[in-house]
Amino acid sequence: MARAVTTQHKTIATAAAWIVALLIFFPILYTIITSFKSEQEAIQGFALIPSGTMESYAEVQAQSGYFKFFLNSVILSVGSTLLAILIAVPAAWSMAFSPTKRTKDILMWMLSTKMMPAVAVLFPIYLIFRDTGLLDSRIGLTVMLMLINLPIVVWMLYTYFREIPGEILEAARMDGASLWNEIIYVLTPMAVPGIASTMLLNIILAWNEAFWTIRLTTTNAAPLTAFISSFSSPQGLFWAKLSAASTLAIAPILIMGWFSQKQLVRGLTFGAVK
Amino acid sequence: MATQQTRSLARFMIAPSVILLFVWMIVPLLFTLWFSFQQYNPLNPIRNGFVGFSNYALFYSNPAFLSSILNTLIIVVSVLVITVVGGILLALLLDQPIWGQGIVRILVISPFFVMPPVAALVWKNMIMHPQYGVFADIARFFGAEPIDWFGQHPLTAIILIVAWQWLPFATLILLTSLQSLDGEQKEAAEMDGAGFLSRFIYLTLPHMSRAITVVILIQTIFLLSVYAEILVTTNGGPGYASTNLPFLVYQKALLEFKIGQASAGGVIAVILANIVAFFAMRAVGKNLDK
Repeated sequence: MARAVTTQHKTIATAAAWIVALLIFFPILYTIITSFKSEQEAIQGFALIPSGTMESYAEVQAQSGYFKFFLNSVILSVGSTLLAILIAVPAAWSMAFSPTKRTKDILMWMLSTKMMPAVAVLFPIYLIFRDTGLLDSRIGLTVMLMLINLPIVVWMLYTYFREIPGEILEAARMDGASLWNEIIYVLTPMAVPGIASTMLLNIILAWNEAFWTIRLTTTNAAPLTAFISSFSSPQGLFWAKLSAASTLAIAPILIMGWFSQKQLVRGLTFGAVK
Repeated sequence: MATQQTRSLARFMIAPSVILLFVWMIVPLLFTLWFSFQQYNPLNPIRNGFVGFSNYALFYSNPAFLSSILNTLIIVVSVLVITVVGGILLALLLDQPIWGQGIVRILVISPFFVMPPVAALVWKNMIMHPQYGVFADIARFFGAEPIDWFGQHPLTAIILIVAWQWLPFATLILLTSLQSLDGEQKEAAEMDGAGFLSRFIYLTLPHMSRAITVVILIQTIFLLSVYAEILVTTNGGPGYASTNLPFLVYQKALLEFKIGQASAGGVIAVILANIVAFFAMRAVGKNLDK
């Protein structure tokens, strides 16, 4: 460094950054704090120290079958991600390793489906789901979420696979490896980190998807997005319970998100910013 | 080394993704296009039939339609301005040497992982509630009258919530771009006596321009279809004050069962999105050529 960072400079920057960060994080922090209050406390004005009661959590669990919704969220997000990976890996694979003239066009077209507004197809999809009995079914919604995220999955895998050097494949081939051996012993180990990152980001996206999951479900297949939305018509004050339910709904994904910052940049910018 | 065999294998491997996406997107879209020229009401099937462009005319003459387009654009533009300007400032701040940088980053990125209904409900009840919200507490502390956010300024309230959700995304992308800026260039500029402002304008900003473009495009795609935040907070009201195009289409289709009009709205939403998509594809496509 040409210039030593002065302690004063660092102190000011640190203070400013922490203040801004805490302000941004505040709504989440306050939700967590409120979840440990009683309903009485929750509306008694601003207070950062809760009494520490767990009654809201107990009530959320007891009423309305909270864990059914939680389970649905897990099934839908993990299931749709696995399904998407299964379908996308071969596609991304062949586009990365044996690209043709049309590879770019196919990738762009896939991306363009992502830009189609969901409302434009709301009614046809609704009809199709209703007439095939898929409305409010986990299978239907899993497929739906898979399709929504498929373009991102293909793209992310494509950008990861493209970084695997082709020479390694040639070397393996020279050594007499069959296509099958090549895939299992050479490519798969190198592709695992990329696939894992892709899965992580897509579980997050599927978990938070809040259009189809709300519109195509009622009770059986309803995940946490639908459950939380049902709190929107207030019958009395229930903020501690709302906070407890919200905390449970966002905690797992928040923690996963913290580990996926880098993949997030890559996945959501389609490799345009690294 | 693309032999005939590997080429057909490649086609076979790509086919499932392409066919699925095609069936999922194009087929329902054709249905929507067809419905948009039909009078179709599942509750009153006798009058169903072809009506030409009258759905578009009806949708157009509906005062809610123009205001919904306007609201859509206001949401997109306002959130973009807040998140891009805020994101640049935050990225510059977080790029400084600070203690606890890892934790600060985690705190800043967190809102992005909060599902939209939770974000909206937390803001609606705990932050912006005119009686018990934190904003009301702050207002009272300074002796001011608390603001009835969702009654008086519904669109502003929604913009604030959505901006809170997307500011982390913008910050993260811009920070990533900022950190890839060559340190030596910065030092050279500093040695030449360039002040902070001129370094920012002539070195940093041009370097970030690509990331800024990407942020704008990707956010626009998502912001055009803001839905859960409106459903949970204002339900489009009061009146149509906070109804955007997706929400209007939803109301027409699933609440009023005016499928023809809703489909016409859907087609208009597609056209709007395609205008944006056109520019987005060009920006991403350029990157592919590298």
